Amino acid sequence: MSAETVQLDPLQIADRTFGSRLILGTGGFANHELLAAACREAEAELCTVALRRLDPAARGSILDVLEQAGVEVLPNTAGCYTARDAVATAHLAREAFQTDWLKLEVIGDDRTLLPDAVELVAAAEELVDEGFVVLPYTTDDPVLARRLQDIGCAAVMPLGSPIGSGMGICNPYNLSIIVEHATVPVILDAGVGTASDAALAMELGCDAVLCASAISRAHDPAAMARAVKLGVRAGRLAVGAGRIPRRRYAEASTPTEGMPALGPSS
Amino acid sequence: MNATVNGEPRELPADATVASVLELLDVAADARGVAVAVDGEVVSRSRWEETALPDGAAIEVVAAIGGG
Repeated sequence: MSAETVQLDPLQIADRTFGSRLILGTGGFANHELLAAACREAEAELCTVALRRLDPAARGSILDVLEQAGVEVLPNTAGCYTARDAVATAHLAREAFQTDWLKLEVIGDDRTLLPDAVELVAAAEELVDEGFVVLPYTTDDPVLARRLQDIGCAAVMPLGSPIGSGMGICNPYNLSIIVEHATVPVILDAGVGTASDAALAMELGCDAVLCASAISRAHDPAAMARAVKLGVRAGRLAVGAGRIPRRRYAEASTPTEGMPALGPSS
Repeated sequence: MNATVNGEPRELPADATVASVLELLDVAADARGVAVAVDGEVVSRSRWEETALPDGAAIEVVAAIGGG
């Protein structure tokens, strides 16, 4: 069975089951054709979308592209800096997309785009109470991840490194701790730069990976979508395979018994 | 009456509704991925026709775009 056709164990988030463990972010594509090509290669079942003031000059809806690709939308609250804005955006998203699912983003700083933990928790509490299926974008802080989980979020989405940075997973130890204590799916969000970052996230025990810029801003987005998809699959397979422990010294894989005596005997 | 639509001041007829503003923006009544808020409150699609706009209303019309 090739890596292309291998069936992974399904991913369960809230009451939904997904065959794919890659969520595609649709931001940053130069045009709808490149997005469509990336969707085909990524074989994702969920794609994030955002809401902005209607642009009367916009050609065609991104929703048509995503529908044709057979993917479902996961609205985000990108660009919100307060719980109040995020909750209001969530209400608009529910109306626009007819879904209770939400990737909750509440940003605290415009250079790092790091989450504002205080506002994030406040927004998550309110939206969970309102019946939203909340998937919060969070830092790689295990305590914050646990708080979000305890509130009733359907998953946690820790960053590997800042959004769009392509720096990969800067703190694999924190990510491992989040995974270890998680009772909801852990979806690595932000920081993926290339396929090996996605594989590492899965090897560390993440349940899924969200990837946007690494694909949309790659020289060939469709090829990178395919690469990241295979990275996710490879990482998941490796987890199931059970890796060998790390050791400081070598352990010969070739038996030493039965070596012929070829030199002058001592 | 005066209103703002997506941040732009607009002169609207006294009997303007959410639906008439969308028509002004050339948005079809069945356009997908569109939502409207008036003074910060979402007006669901089923109420676009009947929702009259108060003088000075701030109308936000949003649509789906690509985003991570």
